[in-house]
Amino acid sequence: MALKVYGPVRAACPQRVLACLLEMGVEFELIRVDLDSGEHKQPDFLLRQPFGQVPAIEDGDFRLFESRAIIRYYATKYVERGTNLIGSTLEEKALVDQWLEVEAHNFNDLVYTIVLQLVVFPKMGQRGDLALVRSCEEKLEKVLDVYEERLSKSHYLAADFFSLADLSHLPAIRYLMNEAGMGHLVRNRKNVNSWWMDISSRPAWKKVMKLMD
Amino acid sequence: MKLHGSPISTAAQRALVALYEKELEFDFVVVDMSKGEHKSESFLSLNPFGQVPAFEDGDLKLFESRAVTQYIAHAYADTGTKLICRNEKQMAVVSVWMEVEAQQFNAPSTALAWELFYNPMLGIVTDPKAVEENEAKLAKVLDVYEARLAKSKYIGCDCFTLADLHHLPILQILMTTPVKAAFESRPNVSRWASEILSRPAWKKVVALRG
Repeated sequence: MALKVYGPVRAACPQRVLACLLEMGVEFELIRVDLDSGEHKQPDFLLRQPFGQVPAIEDGDFRLFESRAIIRYYATKYVERGTNLIGSTLEEKALVDQWLEVEAHNFNDLVYTIVLQLVVFPKMGQRGDLALVRSCEEKLEKVLDVYEERLSKSHYLAADFFSLADLSHLPAIRYLMNEAGMGHLVRNRKNVNSWWMDISSRPAWKKVMKLMD
Repeated sequence: MKLHGSPISTAAQRALVALYEKELEFDFVVVDMSKGEHKSESFLSLNPFGQVPAFEDGDLKLFESRAVTQYIAHAYADTGTKLICRNEKQMAVVSVWMEVEAQQFNAPSTALAWELFYNPMLGIVTDPKAVEENEAKLAKVLDVYEARLAKSKYIGCDCFTLADLHHLPILQILMTTPVKAAFESRPNVSRWASEILSRPAWKKVVALRG
C-alpha cells in the first residue's frame, strides 16, 4: 500500500516532507487537504493530526505527524536506499540534530512571523504588523550572520554533506525570497547565497517546485 | 564530559536532567548570564548563537538542548534510564511527541512562564492579554495531551522518554503559577505531570537551581 502524505503542496511543512521523500526515492501519494475550506479542522482530519495542522502521513496502518518527526523517520528507515541525510557516526548525527534544532528554534519562528504579517494577513484583508516584521528581520540578520560564518567552515550546515538540517530550511527560505520579498537577506551573504543556490537546485527540490505548479 | 550553562536556564536544565537520568559523570561549568558571559568570545566559540547550554564530549562540541539530550540518549543508550525506544516505529512516535513539545507546548508555556514567573521577579508588569491568549493556546494543547495520555502511560509511549523529559523545566515553573490549574484539572495530564516531576533525576536539577 502506498505511503500517503496529507497536505497542500503549497504549505511549507508538507514541502519539508515531500522534499525528503523525493531525496530518498520513496514513492508516495499526495492527498491534498483544502486549508481554505477548513478541511484540516474537521473531525476526520483531527484523527490524523490532533492539532489540526498539515502534514500527516499514513503508511499502511502506521500514522505520523509533525514534519520534522516524519523526515527523521524516513531518512533513518531508508538510509541505505537513497541519499544519506542523517550522517553515519553518532557525532555526525548529533550535528545534524543540532542544526535541525537551530532551524526549528532560531530560524523558523522568525520567518513564519514575517510571512504571516507580510503575506498571509494582507491576503486575508488584514493589516500586517510592520514593526514586528522589522524586528524579526533584524533578528534574522543576526541568525544568518551565524550561518554565514558556519558556512565559511563547512560545506553544508551540519557537515560536508547535504543533510536533513539543510533540507529543513528549503520551504521557509523559498517563501522568504519569493512571497516575502526578502531575498537580500540571502543574496547579501556570500556563503549563505552559495549554499542556497546549491540546495535549491537539487533535483528533489525542483520536483517539489513542479508539484506546486 | 562538560555542560556549560546556568542552573536557572530551562534549556540548561533540560540537558542536566538527561545527564542525571543517564547517571553520567560530567563537569557542570556555570556560565554567569547576569554578567553576559554567554556573549563572551570564549562562549561564542562553543555556541555561536550565544545561548546556553553548550556541551562537550571529547572532541564533540554541541549546542541546542534537544540535540544534546538526543546525543546523550543515543550515545549512552545502555546506561541509566533508557530515554529512547529501540523499535524504529515506536521511536518515530516518540519523535512526533518530541516535536509536539517543541512546536506546540513550548511557545505558549514559555510565554506564560515569562508573564507569571520571570517578569514579576524582574519587576515587569504582567500583561493580562498575553496571559489570556497563551492560556487559551495551552488549554488546546493540554486537551490533546489529555486524550493522548488516556491511551499512553507517558506522552511518547509506555515508558519515560525524551518526549516527557523535554517538558520538565517549563512544567516545573508553571506548577508554581496559577496556570497549574490547567494541568490539575485534566486527570491524565495531572497524573503524568506529577509522575515525571517527582523523578529523582529531576529533583536533583531542582535542588541545583536553589
